Amino acid sequence: MQELDTVGQGSVRVTRKSDKLVIVEKDLATEQMVLAMGPQHPSTHGVLKLECLTDGEVITEAVPCLGYLHRCFEKCCENVDYPAIVPYTDRLDYLSAMNSEFAYAMAVEKLLDIEIPRRVEFIRVLVSELNRIASHLVAIGTYGIDLGAFTPFLFCFRDREIILGLLEWASGARMLYNYIWIGGLAYDVPADFLKRVREFVNYFRPKTVELNNLLTSNEIFLKRTHGIGIMPPEVAINYGWSGPMLRGSGVKWDLRRNDPYSIYPELDFKVAVPDGKNSVIGDCLSRHLVRAIEMEESLKIIEQCIDKMPSSEGFNSRSAIPKRIRPKAGEVYSRAENPRGELGFYIESDGKSTKPVRCKARSSCFVNLSAMKDLSKGQLIPDLVAIIGSIDIVLGEVDR
Amino acid sequence: MSTTALTQFSIPLLMGNSLNAWSEALVGFNLLGLPLGLVILAAIPLVFIALYSLTYGVYGERKISAFMQDRLGPMEVGKWGLLQTIADILKLIQKEDILPTSADRFLFVIGPGILFVGSFMAYAVLPFSPAFIGASLNVGLYYAIGIVAIEVVGILAAGWGSNNKWSLYGAVRSVAQIVSYEIPASLALLCGAMMAGTLDMQQINLLQSGSYGFAHFYLFHSPIAWLPFLIYFIASLAEVNRAPFDIPEAESELVAGYFTEYSGMKFAVIFLAEYGSMFMVSSIISVVFLGGWNSPLPNLGSFALNTWTNGPVWGAFWLIMKGFFFIFVQMWLRWTLPRLRVDQLMYLCWKVLTPFAFVSFVLTAIWEIYVP
Repeated sequence: MQELDTVGQGSVRVTRKSDKLVIVEKDLATEQMVLAMGPQHPSTHGVLKLECLTDGEVITEAVPCLGYLHRCFEKCCENVDYPAIVPYTDRLDYLSAMNSEFAYAMAVEKLLDIEIPRRVEFIRVLVSELNRIASHLVAIGTYGIDLGAFTPFLFCFRDREIILGLLEWASGARMLYNYIWIGGLAYDVPADFLKRVREFVNYFRPKTVELNNLLTSNEIFLKRTHGIGIMPPEVAINYGWSGPMLRGSGVKWDLRRNDPYSIYPELDFKVAVPDGKNSVIGDCLSRHLVRAIEMEESLKIIEQCIDKMPSSEGFNSRSAIPKRIRPKAGEVYSRAENPRGELGFYIESDGKSTKPVRCKARSSCFVNLSAMKDLSKGQLIPDLVAIIGSIDIVLGEVDR
Repeated sequence: MSTTALTQFSIPLLMGNSLNAWSEALVGFNLLGLPLGLVILAAIPLVFIALYSLTYGVYGERKISAFMQDRLGPMEVGKWGLLQTIADILKLIQKEDILPTSADRFLFVIGPGILFVGSFMAYAVLPFSPAFIGASLNVGLYYAIGIVAIEVVGILAAGWGSNNKWSLYGAVRSVAQIVSYEIPASLALLCGAMMAGTLDMQQINLLQSGSYGFAHFYLFHSPIAWLPFLIYFIASLAEVNRAPFDIPEAESELVAGYFTEYSGMKFAVIFLAEYGSMFMVSSIISVVFLGGWNSPLPNLGSFALNTWTNGPVWGAFWLIMKGFFFIFVQMWLRWTLPRLRVDQLMYLCWKVLTPFAFVSFVLTAIWEIYVP
């Protein structure tokens, strides 16, 4: 086995072999401690394991160990028909299943080159943005828990519950919807759906203010996040970051604007970027603020969708769904802005089969997490927790 | 209602004066040469702590947090979930007593014991009412400050004995925190002792009684008395590991801190000690700054509210109510604020609270000497 890297001096030497930390020389005078954070740890957001090398409370090195939630997503995709992959995509980022379905459906539609009804597009954007709010609510709520504030979490979940109720009403499921199908939707939205969504928007606007008063303007919260885990924009781009993480570093990059898809060009919304007044650009607080602003922007998008939505007269949500999906030979890469960043699907078809030859998901969480080693160097354990929370990983998407 | 009617109404409550005689009789009660009466007398606060801590403390915490978070809290066991805590205790008693194989057996077992003893022993000097105090020491306050420090030993034993890295982190953090915060806390209490001129807890209470009720409390004794009061309250939060200073047991960082490996009844004992300490520091702050068992109501002419609401039973009522109030504030803070970081905690202690504690100490001394 090749020794890659050695940390420590004198009688204490800790060596990293492949991706595992191994203590090569043990001595009573050991000062650095290998600390396995996870996979069963309250604030690693699932089954992430971080092998940390600690000097007191200071992390000298943290290596993420992945694979505890690996479900062979890509291999599964090669063995089922195109429409049957949709439920699998739900389980990638289970907190924003609508967005994942949307990205996948768009990729296959691009491959098939089919036109879809306008109302379908509007409903897709509407439910995706609702799901984006729900996802950001979880991100913000759990971030509060990571920093020791329990109450904002329950406030977030109370509001998220309403969104889940709405989406359940439309699709029949609370989290894993299987609602956006290739070429259309499983069902049209229920009769009063838009009215209820508007009620929710009116209800939720003041709640975001309440949430910000409770959490974002809290002195201790600011102290814990301000200037912690700073990621310069160049490094963030080199790592391939996307979503709120990249925008938190001050890069104005949103696929809904920069690589517009669906009906987003028609909609009016701002790309949230921190202005550097309240936070250091690229720190944990910036990322948190981006999410908080994005929720409000999503509310705007939802309102516009409701206003511009074509009527449901003579509308069949399944009219454009192909009877049999057998794309021409070729490959496609399609990407969409998920709550956590760019979710891309690379699909390859051989032109004969109804199953993809290759289906690769480019997950934002995985890429964002890859910077962990850089971000965690020299941080305290509580700051490491704050950084993991600000990355907002969903292990379902990291491991796939 | 006329004045006489009110007086008649309050007479049964004043009858608690006989409590004193009753307790003296109990002390003299010996069975076969054993001082059984003393044991019973000492058991009363213990029973109180057990009842309070496990039933009202935990239940109250859960309900208060629930109301702050738009929830209902425990609702299933008993009316409004009132029996929830008893069900929890039954569950904890039934649980297997797990001893991790690699744990230091002796330290692991003794840790919760020391913790509990440290928290419980301070109750000895707590004047529950004019007629009831476990041990009327002339250095009561000093004893209370000192005995709480024993908890550190228990926490360190528990954390080290568990042979778990998270426990060790929790223990080390907790020792650093409690030892540091002892300084501003003690200095703030010394301000109270200076105002009273005595360390006897019962005496401190007596000096704060008077017909104007709350106006006699040491919080209003001098224009700077609020400063040690505030300092002690903040420091006491850190001393009993409550949010926003709960870093030794920060669940999002250290899993559960020094009691990560504990389960069953040992866990319950640690829990009990925590709630016991909470009430203890709340009582100390009410004794030193808020008159302890003295009624806060003033005498208004012929409405002798203060006289009516003072007495042994009323005294216990006031002390416990004041204690509950501070516990409520502690819970309120816990469910509102995030957690500080270790270095920020130390900064607050050494660079903010300690200098201000010294300032208030000096100012109180000047006030006591030069202002009659």
